[in-house]
Amino acid sequence: MTDEEELRVSKIGSGTVIDHVPGGKALHVLAILGIDGSGGEVVSIGMNVPSDRLGRKDVVKVESRELSQSEVDVLSLIAPAATINIIRDFDVVEKHRVSRPESVSGVLECPNVNCITSEAEPVETKFEVLEDGVRCVYCDTIIREDIADHIQV
Amino acid sequence: MRHDHIISAKQLSRADVEEVLDRASEIAADPGAFADSHAETLLGLLFFEPSTRTKMSFAAAIKRLGGDVVDMGPTEYSSVKKGESLADTVRVVEGYADALVLRHPSEGSAMMASEFVDVPLINAGDGAGQHPTQTLLDLYTIRENAGLDDITVGIMGDLKYGRTVHSLAYALTNFDTRQHFISPESLKLPRNVRYDLHETGAAIKEHTDLDAILPSLDVLYVTRIQRERFPDESEYRAVAGEYQIDAATLDDARDDLTVMHPLPRVDEIAQDVDGTAHARYFQQAHNGVPVRMALLDLLLEGSR
Repeated sequence: MTDEEELRVSKIGSGTVIDHVPGGKALHVLAILGIDGSGGEVVSIGMNVPSDRLGRKDVVKVESRELSQSEVDVLSLIAPAATINIIRDFDVVEKHRVSRPESVSGVLECPNVNCITSEAEPVETKFEVLEDGVRCVYCDTIIREDIADHIQV
Repeated sequence: MRHDHIISAKQLSRADVEEVLDRASEIAADPGAFADSHAETLLGLLFFEPSTRTKMSFAAAIKRLGGDVVDMGPTEYSSVKKGESLADTVRVVEGYADALVLRHPSEGSAMMASEFVDVPLINAGDGAGQHPTQTLLDLYTIRENAGLDDITVGIMGDLKYGRTVHSLAYALTNFDTRQHFISPESLKLPRNVRYDLHETGAAIKEHTDLDAILPSLDVLYVTRIQRERFPDESEYRAVAGEYQIDAATLDDARDDLTVMHPLPRVDEIAQDVDGTAHARYFQQAHNGVPVRMALLDLLLEGSR
């Protein structure tokens, strides 16, 4: 990729850059991270940027916030190839990949309308992460396809 | 047995199952020996859905152990009617009882409720999810009649929504059994149950027709196909009719075939089967008492 293309989204001084997100999934990344603008974070998004590795990729930059490993691991459900760069003083000080967590809580909605988590109970959804999908810990429903469609908003 | 709660058949190991069934056999052989073993113990019954067998046999079980029940009664006369959450209801009732039995229409309800209480909680059916105590009495009945190893079991009817089927199929993987599932296409085992059976490496086969495999079965477990699973009456009648058995159907079965049903039945087992040597469903229902006595005995013992 050329510098010119890289600069479609400007450099940030400090924060987190989430790179190599599949093209078109950037808004899902923000939804999973619970970033909707109301917290005041400065967020830049590049969508469908040409990429050698992915063809088209999205890039998300969140300023002044360093995302923890457990926060970013959830992204592995929709962006398994994502790379996470932690930036301080315009330098990349940490670079890591997402790894699949054992479970994810409060991120996905159970598609089973008869699941207890779909009712007005004081309980967060929780999904066990399988090799090829996720499974509701409460009702056992398995989601394999289109996991992003089930992100809680 | 080391379980705080009984939520799913998946949590029960072979050793757990055998411990419960052995204790149930002891109880059945000499009920008097256990008559006062849990005096003063109160069992809280929370049934958010109708039940005859499960509720009455739990009540009979705790009373035969010397204890008693506190019963929420029908939901229309309880705080549920006022919109109380299940989480609140169980947190209140745990203060009145030493253990809770919960039946609820939502899948995962027992699992969630157990996270809010410290007393043992037993799942007595959560929607189309699990019904582990039915499974224990089913296994007890199978053990009495056919043994639990080196047997071929056919499970027929509504495999998609039938919680007794989901629990039983999983529990049988603890034993050396071959499982055949017989159902209409639209009511085959759900993805999650299939996944679990696959993970255990269980030998299972699926069929839409009973005839070909009937002669190989040691046990035939029949379940009810419910009207509400079909878009219209005529489709329901056409499909359900193919999964009914009568005495003539069983001419092709082995003489020692055991026929079971979690009950209530409608017409999936004709009444002319009742008088044959195959019929074990009433015995199965009666086994609910010693098996639930055994489970309560072990669970309460463990929680002391």
